[in-house]
Amino acid sequence: MKIAIASGKGGTGKTTIALNLASVLASSAIRTTYVDCDVEEPNGHIFLNPEIEKSKNVAIPVPLIDFTKCTLCGKCSEICEFNAIAVTPKTVVVFKDMCHGCGGCFHVCPVNAISEIDNIIGIIEIGKSGDINFMQGKLDIGKAFSPPIIRELKRNIPSDDVTILDSPPGTSCPVIEAISDSDYIILITEPTPFGVNDLKLSVEMVRQLEIPFGILINRSDIGDDEVIRYCKKEQLDIILQIPDDREIAVAYSHGKLAVDEIPKYIDDFKNLFEKIHKAVQD
Amino acid sequence: MKVAITSLESSLDSQIDATFGRCQYFIIIDTDSMEFEAIKNPSLSASQGVGIQSAQLIAGKNISALITGNCGPNAFNVLNQSGIEVITGASGKVSQVIEDFKNGNLKSSELPNVGGHFGAGQGGGRGGGRGRWRM
Repeated sequence: MKIAIASGKGGTGKTTIALNLASVLASSAIRTTYVDCDVEEPNGHIFLNPEIEKSKNVAIPVPLIDFTKCTLCGKCSEICEFNAIAVTPKTVVVFKDMCHGCGGCFHVCPVNAISEIDNIIGIIEIGKSGDINFMQGKLDIGKAFSPPIIRELKRNIPSDDVTILDSPPGTSCPVIEAISDSDYIILITEPTPFGVNDLKLSVEMVRQLEIPFGILINRSDIGDDEVIRYCKKEQLDIILQIPDDREIAVAYSHGKLAVDEIPKYIDDFKNLFEKIHKAVQD
Repeated sequence: MKVAITSLESSLDSQIDATFGRCQYFIIIDTDSMEFEAIKNPSLSASQGVGIQSAQLIAGKNISALITGNCGPNAFNVLNQSGIEVITGASGKVSQVIEDFKNGNLKSSELPNVGGHFGAGQGGGRGGGRGRWRM
């Protein structure tokens, strides 16, 4: 079973919730994999201190021009949606870091002057932290787009585990890539105008994916009750509310998990998993 | 000699547009006959690679030089590799700048004078950050 943790807004507590859930599951003798899909800024490792056992480069195919064949016809440049190839009357210039690896240019070249070479954009790492199987992706600095790394992470997920996918924030391509074939999505929000605004965007996104989902309200006792009103109006399932607890913040500031430091939260996460399990089976 | 100049409007009386990729008009002018065409920049609303697209567009006009305010690394790369001289730091009236160019008062740049996304304004998005002014 794959459970994705997402939110429109950054800083709502995706990683905190994902790790607490993973930790409670692993302690309950459930085989659990935590996957940090926020490959632009993965930080789950700070809490888990995993031992990395395997790592693998992730590359995308970018064009290499054979100037002995190229006629400067410009077809490769025309088809490129990302302006990664410029063709002028004198030469062809490839910007490999703008290339998304779609392969369009290879196909349209009428004289087969384009071959594919690998452009490494990042890495995936697989390891262990206690009972939790750990995976993360890292996008290299200066590289423009992350979905191929997330795709590679997902290819390596152990099939029998309960997998917790820690998504990047927002509603764009990397998020869709991270959450799109999960069995359940937890949308995290907070009761502030920013939280509500971004929750609405996330709900629109998840409804299009047609995956069962529930709302987790973090720091539920701050702000106003607009989130609750919105959830009622849209008939959304609020699966857990976590208060703005100073003890959680203290644990967090030491790189520790709430469920390890404050036992009363263990049951909350167990119940959360039960609810999700039931929702997935229905 | 044919050169391209970035311009805020379509006549020789207009002011130079300081940005390259997202300039309003490219004025392509033959400095001997002073015949010119003004091309409305088709890439103004594109989200990325605007400098590259603009460089490709004017390089296709078989110009020998570009005169503009600022030119970023990607556009510079395309123009440079196509053997086109890049002159940055130009400002004022287009016709005056052409006079200055003809009199040999403008110097070509060896390097791009701004980082990527310099003229992108709002909505450029994440990324870039390759530094600001490179003197």
